[in-house]
Amino acid sequence: MSRSRLFSRIGAGIVKELSRGQCTAFYRTSLMQRPYSARWQPQVELHPETKGHQGTISQKHRQFSSTATGSDSADGSDLNEMISVAFVDKDGEETDIKVPIGMSMLEAAHENDIELEGACEGSLACSTCHVIVTDMEYYNKLEDPTDEENDMLDLAFGLTETSRLGCQVIAKPELNGMRVALPAATRNFAVDGYVPKPH
Amino acid sequence: MAIFDQAIRRLSLSLSLSRKSSSLSFSTLSSNPLRVCVVGAGPAGFYTAEKMLKAHQGAEVDIIDRLPTPFGLVRSGVAPDHPETKIVMNQFSKAAQHERCSFFGNVTLGSSVSLSELRELYHVVVLAYGAESDRALGIPGEYLSGIHSAREFVWWYNGHPDGKNLSPDLKSTDTAVILGQGNVALDVARILLQSTSVLAKTDIASHALEALEQSSIRKVYLVGRRGPAQAACTAKELREILGIKDLYIHINEVDLHKSPEDEEVLKNNRIHRRVYELLSKAATSAPSHPSSSQRELHFVFFRKPDRFLDSGEGSGRVAGVHFEKTMLKAVGPGKQIAVGTGSYEDLDCGLVLKSIGYKSVSVDGLPFDNEKGVVPNIKGRVLADTSGDPTQLEKGLYVCGWLKRGPTGIIATNLYCAEETVASISEDVHQGEIASTSTFPKPGRQGLLQLLDSRDVRAVPFSAWEKIDSEERRLGSLRSKPREKLTTYENLLKVATE
Repeated sequence: MSRSRLFSRIGAGIVKELSRGQCTAFYRTSLMQRPYSARWQPQVELHPETKGHQGTISQKHRQFSSTATGSDSADGSDLNEMISVAFVDKDGEETDIKVPIGMSMLEAAHENDIELEGACEGSLACSTCHVIVTDMEYYNKLEDPTDEENDMLDLAFGLTETSRLGCQVIAKPELNGMRVALPAATRNFAVDGYVPKPH
Repeated sequence: MAIFDQAIRRLSLSLSLSRKSSSLSFSTLSSNPLRVCVVGAGPAGFYTAEKMLKAHQGAEVDIIDRLPTPFGLVRSGVAPDHPETKIVMNQFSKAAQHERCSFFGNVTLGSSVSLSELRELYHVVVLAYGAESDRALGIPGEYLSGIHSAREFVWWYNGHPDGKNLSPDLKSTDTAVILGQGNVALDVARILLQSTSVLAKTDIASHALEALEQSSIRKVYLVGRRGPAQAACTAKELREILGIKDLYIHINEVDLHKSPEDEEVLKNNRIHRRVYELLSKAATSAPSHPSSSQRELHFVFFRKPDRFLDSGEGSGRVAGVHFEKTMLKAVGPGKQIAVGTGSYEDLDCGLVLKSIGYKSVSVDGLPFDNEKGVVPNIKGRVLADTSGDPTQLEKGLYVCGWLKRGPTGIIATNLYCAEETVASISEDVHQGEIASTSTFPKPGRQGLLQLLDSRDVRAVPFSAWEKIDSEERRLGSLRSKPREKLTTYENLLKVATE
């Protein structure tokens, strides 16, 4: 499933960039999009077979595409494109970040130098981007995890009732104001006051 | 698709270039850095290296491996049809390309360099060389031909240079028995049962693909000592094998009966609960008989191998397994073991794969707990002996991964394992337990390379692995595979030094 899903997302990203090439007003957004689509492209070979939840894939794709259309509609309002999300670290320190609609929490964390592992780069083959949605109300606004996500959550450390994989939580307007916590076990060590730099 | 590929490659290239230069600008290259050697370039080794580089600005980290190739079981353990799981190689490659990190393949602890030499050369030595042997059943007939460990079989289909010559006979039998029901057992069963047209599109070794194309195996039995509520696999792998196209699945419905103890296990353990549910669903939804052409997968519970049966006339070939039926006995809260019932049953087969666990091996000068198959340690600090006395530490020597905690867990488990070991190292550095880098500078990388040179050991640096990598991808593209692995030391070293 990964290949088709990733490629549909890349496809959307590139189509978006191409269309934006004509429209300098959105150049800023375009720049910001570039690294995240680039960073999360797996460079190892992916299985050419597609398997599993095609439904989810096309759904996610549609979501992404409609966003692209939305931002091209030139109403210019950032609120329509970005939501606020707070990431909570082990000391309870919160980092508020803006996340573009359609971007996953994994990508958003990496864009903002928040330490969240992502061993399989968002292809639903590991549990390292495990996050805990701190508020049940927001958790309930998310679509239910697929069997495949649940299979990975099975293996997550410090699993809670409101745990999700960061790569599967995609920013949408209803999630504005959401807080997500990184589970204690997945945080990196800071030695002698050294603040770790992201990858 | 080609355009996308190109665009992506360009984007990633520019990204990696910009990263490299920015990391140079705030680097602190010290003349007497903390010199660290990690033995083993699998997930435990790479996560340790990555975390050391982050936690100790200035530390120099060298990773050595006995193979010319990095990534350990990500390359030779993860099944070829699980490419997503291998994506973590990208992250490990970034660590290897870090300016303070080096990879040296083709360097064997024990023969290229001894443990005591490494400890002389480096302030810190972290052993993360995993488990390259197998647990034995210790029952009669275990060494008949046609019986292999799952590890050997996995190395064989994954193109490990020590696995190429296994050449399992898949042509003289239609039945394979796999002992064990963990994820490795499921991987091995899936490879035997999966359509070769699916496998042909993966990076499976060509010698394995050819053998599987000619395989006569139609029936695979996955045998466990305990029941469906205790099965050691995870839902992902189970779901995957249950979903193989045109495969007949058989599970005895009577085995699905739950005791109150089982109910308790399932209530408290999400993995076991979800695995049980999948098995139970498969049992009730399967047709009662296979169609004539169908391959078959049988889950067999409550059986423990008692001895292997010889095909007779001194052939030395396995012809079946003699099983004792078992029942569960509670031995503590939430823990039930399988005990024999005194009633027996035979299962005919011409191939047996034992998937009952890996085992670590020791090296000269290393304290080792033979019973547990691990190095005695406290949070990764190596203890001088197995008495458990926490004051008797081997200074500057640490362990991580399977050698530290035994052969269980997933790739991500090593992330937490490495965090713990690196925290111990950091504490020891901070408290002066590790020889001070300024008063006791160590030769580190340069010393190691000189030593290897004097012994005519050709270390394979990461740049040489990249040559192997691109050659394998090139060969793969000729066969519409993502990669065609080089499966001999000779070819690997040839490409590496070209």
